Amino acid sequence: MGLELYLDLLSQPCRAVYIFAKKNGIPFELRPVELIRGQHLSDAFAQVNPLKKVPALRDGDFTLTESVAILLYLTRKYKVPDYWYPQDLQARALVDEYLAWQHTALRRNCLRTLWHKVMFPVFMGEPVSPQMLAATLAELDVTLQLLEDKFLQNKAFLTGPHISLADLVAITELMHPVGAGCQVFEGRPKLAAWRQRVEAAVGKDLFREAHEVILKAKDFPPADPTTKQKLMPRVLAMIQ
Amino acid sequence: MGLELYLDLLSQPCHAVYIFAKNGIPFELRPVDLVKGQHVSKDFSQVNSLQKVPVLKEGDFILTESAAILIYLSCKYPTADHWYPSDLQTRARIHEYLGWHADCIRGTFGVPLWTQVLAPLMGAQVPEEKVARNRAAMDQALQWLEDKFLGDKAFLAGQQPVALGYALFEGRPQLAAWRGRVEAFLGAELCQEAHGPILSILEQAAKKLLPVPPPAAHATMLRRIARIP
Repeated sequence: MGLELYLDLLSQPCRAVYIFAKKNGIPFELRPVELIRGQHLSDAFAQVNPLKKVPALRDGDFTLTESVAILLYLTRKYKVPDYWYPQDLQARALVDEYLAWQHTALRRNCLRTLWHKVMFPVFMGEPVSPQMLAATLAELDVTLQLLEDKFLQNKAFLTGPHISLADLVAITELMHPVGAGCQVFEGRPKLAAWRQRVEAAVGKDLFREAHEVILKAKDFPPADPTTKQKLMPRVLAMIQ
Repeated sequence: MGLELYLDLLSQPCHAVYIFAKNGIPFELRPVDLVKGQHVSKDFSQVNSLQKVPVLKEGDFILTESAAILIYLSCKYPTADHWYPSDLQTRARIHEYLGWHADCIRGTFGVPLWTQVLAPLMGAQVPEEKVARNRAAMDQALQWLEDKFLGDKAFLAGQQPVALGYALFEGRPQLAAWRGRVEAFLGAELCQEAHGPILSILEQAAKKLLPVPPPAAHATMLRRIARIP
């Protein structure tokens, strides 16, 4: 059995792993894990990842979770082009810096935006107060400003003149609020231009393919009561 | 100017950087007193516009985020391989831990310092419900730490609110033993030094020895308190 990737393209980190593997021609078996049907909570999947999260990687006997760890593992094992995670120490440190920062910053705020704007009201049938939504959108705004001011600045890509893992992780995160109907690139010409560059570097077709699911998030049919009950506790913990 | 590290030993990520660098990496310590609000000063904002510690500065090169700093230091300076092994799978495990830590430990275990010390200092109240929720979250995280991660040579030593009245490792002999091993390896003296500030903070708070943070720092601090789930 070769490389297996357990993914749901609804998830931001899964999209980054998917795009990276496809773009670099890394051969893998896709093992879909449908989150909205609670497949990540199955006993079968717990054998792969007892933390019940995606993405997960299995390479023979070796199982790995956490998208950044997976991306770095793939980078090293398959000897991808240097720009993704440069050999140069300082250039690489800047990628590490973004990958560390994003967990509690962009990742978190994009996730909350999707859930507060779309997934709770539409999928879970749980209304979200206008105040809560406004607060979440305000936090997203602050984070987007930080992304522009601290990371992107006047560079072509987040950490320098070339695309890196940082850009891939960032763009897949930003598509979460886009999927929720937020025009994050409107009124932000710098970010919009960066997005175009990242899409071009990744390849428009691959980018579109990876984002088909999230762009339809608004149209998910409501969850049935059993599924809703099953998913709710972990969702609440996830978006703290 | 050589390597400069901007740290406040009250901060979790700063402990790890400090302990690691003291391993024989020459650096200038630049203390940044968070309680005194030095992180929002103009001078420090020039170093890091995000107004956070730790920060590494090496000439023109500025680096934030403790994980990035630790990795950079371990690659740039001659340090023992076990800190960041070159073996593909072992290194992947370290990144896996760092990823999980960022999501589950960092925010969660920093909360007691806010609820028990900093919020009261500012006269801000945190509802008991949130304190209880945080305790439950820490408990769950410790369980995961024990079940999934223990045994790995993750180099971020998560020494946390032991001083803040939570007997963190009580009833968790595996974790207590692991902590003992880590401390023995690093050296008791160095750990004492690094953890001095956090270990004595409750006492200082009780004796009213802590200064009230200056107004300039209030906005960011109150926002952090509001974000406690």
